[in-house]
Amino acid sequence: MPRNRIFTSVAVTALLLAGCGTADQGTTAAPGASGAPTPVKLQLQWFYQAQFAGYIAAVDQGFYAEQGLDVELLEGAVDIVPQTVLAQGKADYAVAWVPKALASREQGAGITDVGQIFARSGTYQVAWADSGITKAADLKGKKVGNWGFGNEFELFAGMTKAGIDPGKDVTLVQQQFDMQALLKKEIDAAQAMSYNEYAQLLEATNPATGKLYTADDFSIIDWKTEGSSMLQDAVWANTEKLNDPAYQQQTVKFLTGTIKGWAFCRDNAEKCRDLVVAKGSKLGKSHQLWQMNETNKLIWPSTGGIGVIDPAAWQQTVDISMTAKNQTGETVLTKAPEGLAYTNDYINQALEAAKTAGVDVTGTNFQPTTVTLESGGA
Amino acid sequence: MRRILPIAAGLLLAALLWEGYKALGNPAGTVLFGVRVLPRADDLSMPHLATIADRLGSPELAGGRPVWQVVLEACVFTLGITATGFLAGAVVGLLLAVAMQRFRIVERGLLPYVILSQTVPLVALAPLIAGWGGILMPPWATVAVIAAYLAFFPVAVGMLRGLQSPSAAGVELMRSYAAGWWRTLLKLRFPAALPYLFPALRLAGAAAVVGAVVGEISTGTRGGIGRLIIEYSREATSDPAKVYTAMLGAALLGLLVAGAVSLLELPLMRHRRHVEVVTL
Repeated sequence: MPRNRIFTSVAVTALLLAGCGTADQGTTAAPGASGAPTPVKLQLQWFYQAQFAGYIAAVDQGFYAEQGLDVELLEGAVDIVPQTVLAQGKADYAVAWVPKALASREQGAGITDVGQIFARSGTYQVAWADSGITKAADLKGKKVGNWGFGNEFELFAGMTKAGIDPGKDVTLVQQQFDMQALLKKEIDAAQAMSYNEYAQLLEATNPATGKLYTADDFSIIDWKTEGSSMLQDAVWANTEKLNDPAYQQQTVKFLTGTIKGWAFCRDNAEKCRDLVVAKGSKLGKSHQLWQMNETNKLIWPSTGGIGVIDPAAWQQTVDISMTAKNQTGETVLTKAPEGLAYTNDYINQALEAAKTAGVDVTGTNFQPTTVTLESGGA
Repeated sequence: MRRILPIAAGLLLAALLWEGYKALGNPAGTVLFGVRVLPRADDLSMPHLATIADRLGSPELAGGRPVWQVVLEACVFTLGITATGFLAGAVVGLLLAVAMQRFRIVERGLLPYVILSQTVPLVALAPLIAGWGGILMPPWATVAVIAAYLAFFPVAVGMLRGLQSPSAAGVELMRSYAAGWWRTLLKLRFPAALPYLFPALRLAGAAAVVGAVVGEISTGTRGGIGRLIIEYSREATSDPAKVYTAMLGAALLGLLVAGAVSLLELPLMRHRRHVEVVTL
């Protein structure tokens, strides 16, 4: 038995090493060769989940292929910063939150927002319903969880706006990936994304009843209503390469495929859920359907057409980035973004192309569904 | 049988400690002067062993494969990465040790950097190496590089000590036989270094496991136990037992590697008495 094990591990190693030698060849197909699709890499922010369903669907349904693009999706990870990957040229486009990407821009990353896919923010601060916390001002004197790493500024801007000094009036607690701290009442209010962590709460069993927690057990502070929300998922392109007509065209094509992908997921939420699950997501089906539905709410209806950057929302994001201080007194940005931080040139062309192809790019009639979460999201 | 008994007893003791603490410990944890000195004993923080075992047997997702199968498969994947990293690290470590033994100036020049290399935080290094994935090498190989980076160090330092361990009399004897450096290395220094090498390899094995798991977490490499830990830990809110199944997998991986490395010793050390050595 043990001897076999050694043999197996040696054999596995040999196989892996053999694979190593040949893997480099063949992957670099000549770009732009006559008729061959152009390879494009898109860096996502995290593992495959419905938050990225539009891109996954555009690949799967051939929306990129019909634009002549061979799009490869790159999963994110703990230490992968999408906008940095983009700026280093290891990806052609990246999905990133606006404030974080702007911070990277200030550090020298040459990137431009070419499509604001999520028009609205999905960040909540969740508390127990019986805590009486329903608005930012109620957080005074409470233990407030936050994720840090640049994910916390809507919370800090919201508290500041409500007259709370985040450095003095609340106890700030660094939050983990999960919502256990709230369930164990170690903190009074926890940061949560509408499409992910909030759903996890509703998938957990209430030990008092033996049933799942319900929305009635919790109260939500939504930063959209508090007026401190910031723009989130956007498609970023390489600023320097945007001077190249070929990359400009490719950007329009990429955005066209992306628009079609998201429109498809608006109209076929369950099909897109299945696509995400088939990608090997470890989160369950009901969780992914919830996430799909919530993600759709952040996009649709889209008055100006999906992806168009609303200058007012952009300005609010920039203003908060320059003024809201976190617990260490830092702001996201020290000065207003310089150069081409965003442009609607390409998304407008892509919207025209999509409209011509008969795609509903505003989703005026979009109605979210009601998703029932199962235990553990299964 | 004589070997299995203590192992089984150890496992049983660990299980008793876990359940015992759950039974006796404060569910809200023990807090002294505002600092939590003992962990919470509630079901969210410390699920019952039966719950974890039950989770291992039940499907990962509705209608999917049972968790134990997924965890085991992830272990095999990470074992491959660990083995690659371990072998690469051991070879690099050996070569460095030989070079440092051969040339004093190399030892003086290189050894500080070898030691310095281990003070670079992995979280700073991992994204850099992860960037090679898909360009210089397949993504999984970047994780093996991280494992090798941790594994080469004990081998280089331990082996150098071993190669330098023969007494002056032994070296002079070889010289009196007109044996060159190469022959002295093969006949005298390598055999003398073996008792130093094996403890170093054990350290390297453990380091390779840590490197592979942390590297997977950091780069998000699909298929391994590190990735599984991070995926399951996200579900800790609603399914706290699940993340423990992945941790059990990581522990199993560590045991497998430790066992495999100690088996390497058997053929080479059979005729040798064990010598007490200090490697570092």
